[in-house]
Amino acid sequence: MELDIVDLSRLQFAMTAMYHFLFVPLTLGLAVLVAIMETVYVMTDRPIWRQMTKFWGMLFGINFAIGVATGITMEFQFGMNWSYFSHYVGDIFGAPLALEGLMAFFLEATFVGLFFFGWDKLSKVGHLTVTWLVAIGSNFSALWILIANGWMQNPVGAEFNPDTMRMEMTSFFDVMFNEVAQAKFVHTVSAGYVTASVFVLGVSAWYLLKGRHIELARRSITVAASFGLASALSVVILGDESGYSATHSQRMKLAAIEGMWESEPAPASFTLVGLPDQDARETKYAVHIPYVMGLIGTRSLTTDIAGIDELVAEAETRIRSGIIAYDALMTIREQRDATSAEVRGTFEAHSGDLGYAFLLKRYVEDPRDASEAQILQASNDTVPTVWPLFWAFRIMVALGFSFIAVMAYFFWRSSFRGQDYPRWALWGAVLIIPTPWIAAELGWFVAEFGRQPWTVDGVLPTALSVSHLSVADLLLTLAGFMIFYTVLFVVEMGLMLKYIRKGPFEDVEETEVWTARHEHRLRTHDGNVPFAETPAE
Amino acid sequence: MILHEFISYDILRVIWWALLGVLLIGFALTDGFDMGVGALLPFVARTDIERRVAINTVGPVWEGNQVWFILGGGAIFAAWPPLYAVSFSGFYLAMFVILAALIVRPVAFKYRSKRESARWRATWDWALFAGGAVPALLFGVAVGNVLQGVPFELTPDLFARYEGAFYAKFAGLLNPFAVLTGVVSLAMLVTHGAAWLSFKAEGIVATRARSIGSVAGLLTITGYVLAGVWLAFGIEGYAFTSDVVANGPSNPLYSEVVRTDSWLAAYFARPWIALAPVLGLFGMVMAVLGLRAGREGSTLLWSKLGIFGTISSVGLTMFPFILPSSLDPRSSLTVWDSSSSHLTLFVMLIATIIFMPLILAYTAWVYKVLWGKVTEADVTESSSAY
Repeated sequence: MELDIVDLSRLQFAMTAMYHFLFVPLTLGLAVLVAIMETVYVMTDRPIWRQMTKFWGMLFGINFAIGVATGITMEFQFGMNWSYFSHYVGDIFGAPLALEGLMAFFLEATFVGLFFFGWDKLSKVGHLTVTWLVAIGSNFSALWILIANGWMQNPVGAEFNPDTMRMEMTSFFDVMFNEVAQAKFVHTVSAGYVTASVFVLGVSAWYLLKGRHIELARRSITVAASFGLASALSVVILGDESGYSATHSQRMKLAAIEGMWESEPAPASFTLVGLPDQDARETKYAVHIPYVMGLIGTRSLTTDIAGIDELVAEAETRIRSGIIAYDALMTIREQRDATSAEVRGTFEAHSGDLGYAFLLKRYVEDPRDASEAQILQASNDTVPTVWPLFWAFRIMVALGFSFIAVMAYFFWRSSFRGQDYPRWALWGAVLIIPTPWIAAELGWFVAEFGRQPWTVDGVLPTALSVSHLSVADLLLTLAGFMIFYTVLFVVEMGLMLKYIRKGPFEDVEETEVWTARHEHRLRTHDGNVPFAETPAE
Repeated sequence: MILHEFISYDILRVIWWALLGVLLIGFALTDGFDMGVGALLPFVARTDIERRVAINTVGPVWEGNQVWFILGGGAIFAAWPPLYAVSFSGFYLAMFVILAALIVRPVAFKYRSKRESARWRATWDWALFAGGAVPALLFGVAVGNVLQGVPFELTPDLFARYEGAFYAKFAGLLNPFAVLTGVVSLAMLVTHGAAWLSFKAEGIVATRARSIGSVAGLLTITGYVLAGVWLAFGIEGYAFTSDVVANGPSNPLYSEVVRTDSWLAAYFARPWIALAPVLGLFGMVMAVLGLRAGREGSTLLWSKLGIFGTISSVGLTMFPFILPSSLDPRSSLTVWDSSSSHLTLFVMLIATIIFMPLILAYTAWVYKVLWGKVTEADVTESSSAY
């Protein structure tokens, strides 16, 4: 198979984005978990909570460094590899990226230094504030980047300007409060919280199995299980399917996820498992559950869900309409201000479908010259490859439900069984550590692969979005990223494991000071000598 | 939204041109000393503890400083999409090298002191050196190329095409003038880093920083003057030949541009802009004198002034050009035809007016909390030091 610029650019973007997202969810969740732990420390004054804050905070730091570093690649890459995309939608897409810098990156990056270096320089409440600002900053950055991504899925608040040959913003509020973006934000952030909870749970379980740092591990499990249970419920219930009715490609994505070739009358059934066959246009051996798809896809029992075949027919209509828009656009470009009102009217009536005409550029230089066969081919191009979406979605959802079960179990043991955990459960918690990452990566795969053949749904095809580069350019950077990122990954994992094995730093002096300070209060509670077990072990 | 009509499009474009300068200068002033310290690391600090002192002078702040660069990228994307599209893809391999340096640097800061092994630490020290020196050099090289014009052209669809094969493009970037501006940039940030070390470090590290820094400062001054003369008499400039439509749509192909004898014309048209190079030179001279005399805080301020003047002089010389095209002058990107839409510029301006003062305030607060010198004791006693 010969790879062209588009394939290589996609490969590089997918690789660097998925790599970046190995670190992001843990940053998002661990920042909040650490802030919660420090809040308990400030409220109770017990050194064990400070020790927990510092320990998990250090692991946060190791992870954060690579998350930040690989994030820079993401921001550069739009311009480097997707320069026509950057030109074509930068007027809208660039704004949330810049806002992310203004509102979020500065906040987290400026205060993360103080989080590590400020323990002796700030008051307790001062330091706690810093920690929360880091957590808020990282979550804000997720908000803005998902507003940018949500716009690619559902490009609202913008229209095409023939003078500048690009999309321009018409309403910032529509872009910001895009329903797809908001749903994605809640879903993604919750997924990050689940990831961090599973991580904290798993590492703590390992300490319990080894009989080390019992106090720290038990408390950490309690925090992780409570926070994780709430987040796991949120990630499943507030999945980002709620925006799937919004646009053509979102509906196509939904139909592909479902392997639903023909439209179904409401309420549609959900295909639990099956074997989607792209050529035969059917899903074989399908096992259906009635009503569920209608509920997932439309949140109602009365809305019809379109199947792939119907959506392809719709795409064909829009391609024909897009050709009319393209024709008018060429006239406008030639005649500029002298263009007749009639041509401008035609353009405006069809400009929403202009992107569909661009789908033909894969086959002909000028979409107006496209043959019937090419139009049909381009309509079929709007169907993403079904089977990977079908399976990726199902694995992700199954994992999502299993997180609820795991977190509920540990929450129950923690709350009602005296923090006593059977060994098999602890081993289970250790073994499932990688699973939230798998779920998160699959989620992004469904979102992005499912949007193909578009970078911006209905507006700009992926094939047109790239830069004027050579295959040699791309092979060089692709190889560079692969080597470079592999080395970083090995180094990161090595450090992470080293510091997990080493365990928390125990400040004995601090604990003694605290004991002396609280001796009176502790003694009067039950009359016993304080600390049969020491607070920081 | 009607609100944005209150500020006219051309004024917004000038404001965003100035803000672009503010971001680049902000980046050079803050992350500039981090990169300078990185580039100085092998020379000012020889033992492990000296190196840790040098690293920890920037340890708590480099992360926030680097955001100036990230925000710069984001702001170019949001306010000048054609500039973002053309420059990032046109300088593809150079961008990749900068990217690699900027990725390795955060990791090096975080990981260097997390293991005892001498080889481990030496490797990361080299990473810090490269992570500081390479971008510092390449940013200057980029500026040198922008001043000469970059070989790209825009198709009627406004798709940017470049001339030359990929390796030729990269080699073409390293032409003599651009190498000179690259050296100026590197020397300038090394001077700035030295001023920072002289301010934040003690003893031998500060002493070595001062002596290397004053040499770098002199190199900056010489190189800058040399580049200025070369630019005035040896490099062609660009000018509009069609009427300037400052309020028009952002389409570079709507205007006509030709090459002129020199950028020097700008200084006859707007003599006041000569203030920028004068301030730049004055700041650098004072910084060198400060380094030699062992003054600490004021030296840092002088080197900041030097950087401010130097970077401003480039922008002011080229105004209204931002990225001229040597291949097809008509495709050149200028302030008047390569911005975002009126609405986007307005929205982003409001966001900047709200958040920039906040950012400056909390950044200042963080520096205040971290005020004072970093000593060897600080490094050995703290469990969180790098």
